[in-house]
Amino acid sequence: MARDMSDKEILKMELDQLQKEVKTERMPVSVTAKELSDWVEGQVGEDPLVKGIPEDKNPYKEKGGCIIS
Amino acid sequence: MLRGSSAVAIDNERNKHPSDVIAAASAARARRSGRVGLATASRSTSDPHPAEMATHELHPNDTLTTLKMESENLKAKLEEERAKLHDVELHQVAEKIEALGQFVMKTRRTLKGHGNKVLCMDWCKDKRRIVSSSQDGKVIVWDAFTTNKEHAVTMPCTWVMACAYAPSGCAVACGGLDNKCSVYPLSLDKNENLAAKKKSVAMHTNYLSACSFTNSDMQILTSSGDGTCALWDVESGQLLQSFHGHGADVLCLDLAPSETGNTFVSGGCDKKANVWDMRSGQCIQSFETHESDINSVRYYPSGDAFASGSDDATCRLYDLRADREVAIYSKESIIFGASSVDFSLSGRLLFGGYNDYTINVWDVLKGNRVSILFGHENRVSTLRVSPDGTAFCSGSWDHTLRIWA
Repeated sequence: MARDMSDKEILKMELDQLQKEVKTERMPVSVTAKELSDWVEGQVGEDPLVKGIPEDKNPYKEKGGCIIS
Repeated sequence: MLRGSSAVAIDNERNKHPSDVIAAASAARARRSGRVGLATASRSTSDPHPAEMATHELHPNDTLTTLKMESENLKAKLEEERAKLHDVELHQVAEKIEALGQFVMKTRRTLKGHGNKVLCMDWCKDKRRIVSSSQDGKVIVWDAFTTNKEHAVTMPCTWVMACAYAPSGCAVACGGLDNKCSVYPLSLDKNENLAAKKKSVAMHTNYLSACSFTNSDMQILTSSGDGTCALWDVESGQLLQSFHGHGADVLCLDLAPSETGNTFVSGGCDKKANVWDMRSGQCIQSFETHESDINSVRYYPSGDAFASGSDDATCRLYDLRADREVAIYSKESIIFGASSVDFSLSGRLLFGGYNDYTINVWDVLKGNRVSILFGHENRVSTLRVSPDGTAFCSGSWDHTLRIWA
């Protein structure tokens, strides 16, 4: 548990982790960012909070009331 | 303020894109102060016991100084490797995308009934029920459409900081200052005493900060002020896996969307966000770019990224395949911490609840704020989008929950 570890132990734990992470495989941002934004674009048409929902379909819109014309 | 990595701030007001900053060597020291004003444990100054360091040998020459230097060198090397692939900004890639229109989101329901600060909430998969927990020890299950309270349980402790709905909708889990995570089966009989059926599942040595069921009612993932996360079997209460790596309290966690495999992300008072392999217990990736406690982490719907909200008043997006931070959502005018973040269904919007009582809505790809929502009369402490993305719920220290759509 972190609270019971001395500073030295925490540093050693960090060091081990860093040594592993330096070897991680990475991809360039140009590739991943494009795929991220393509994924969003593919989904955004179906996102209710982005495109809005018609009054009659939204369960949270208030029902009833009068319209005085 | 030292920065942990080459971060590029997207400041819409000034169109400023500062050049990358090589990671300054940051002190590896983790903060250990408690989250709720508990007396801090005194630091141990004795030498570590060799028996505890099962996987490494500590030489007498490994002073704190040499370890720190090695750590700083490795961090700089890691930043170098990451920077090599930082060939474009997310908002540049998003330039051609149509800007979002005006947003009209309002409070549609206000759930009143908690007697004190609301600390946590979760949606049921049925998209209408909500469980919420509070500082006064109460855990309430609501029907968000009608605002009716369906169940209420009083926990034996105050500050119930974590609660979660089981995937089946038949149980809820919660915990806090009792250092445990308990599961309550929800009975259809309103007269039944839920507390009688309570099952203690998780045991930590400090407060429970977050909990989540995995894909089934059978396993729960927890995070704690004791600096660890853990995976438990609900039926037996057995510890299945523990996750060590944070240097201070772990404040939040989120499971990867089921299609993308067995990982989860956690954030802590050590300013780190760690991605873990649930089977092996290993930390796969770690990000340290925030300048203060990370209060909330949430996976991007595709599973390839995650967002974080922090006391440093920023939210950030981390790309898991590029292994780096790719966006910062911040404004000079936002100076209070972000307590809770969640994405809309498509991942285009990021909702952030803040300690200045507001909710800021960000365009994830372009980096600008698209809306600010007022309504709560105290800190927003928790925020989740509904499972079908039609609404989101926020909980606050003003004792209420609000449904926005």
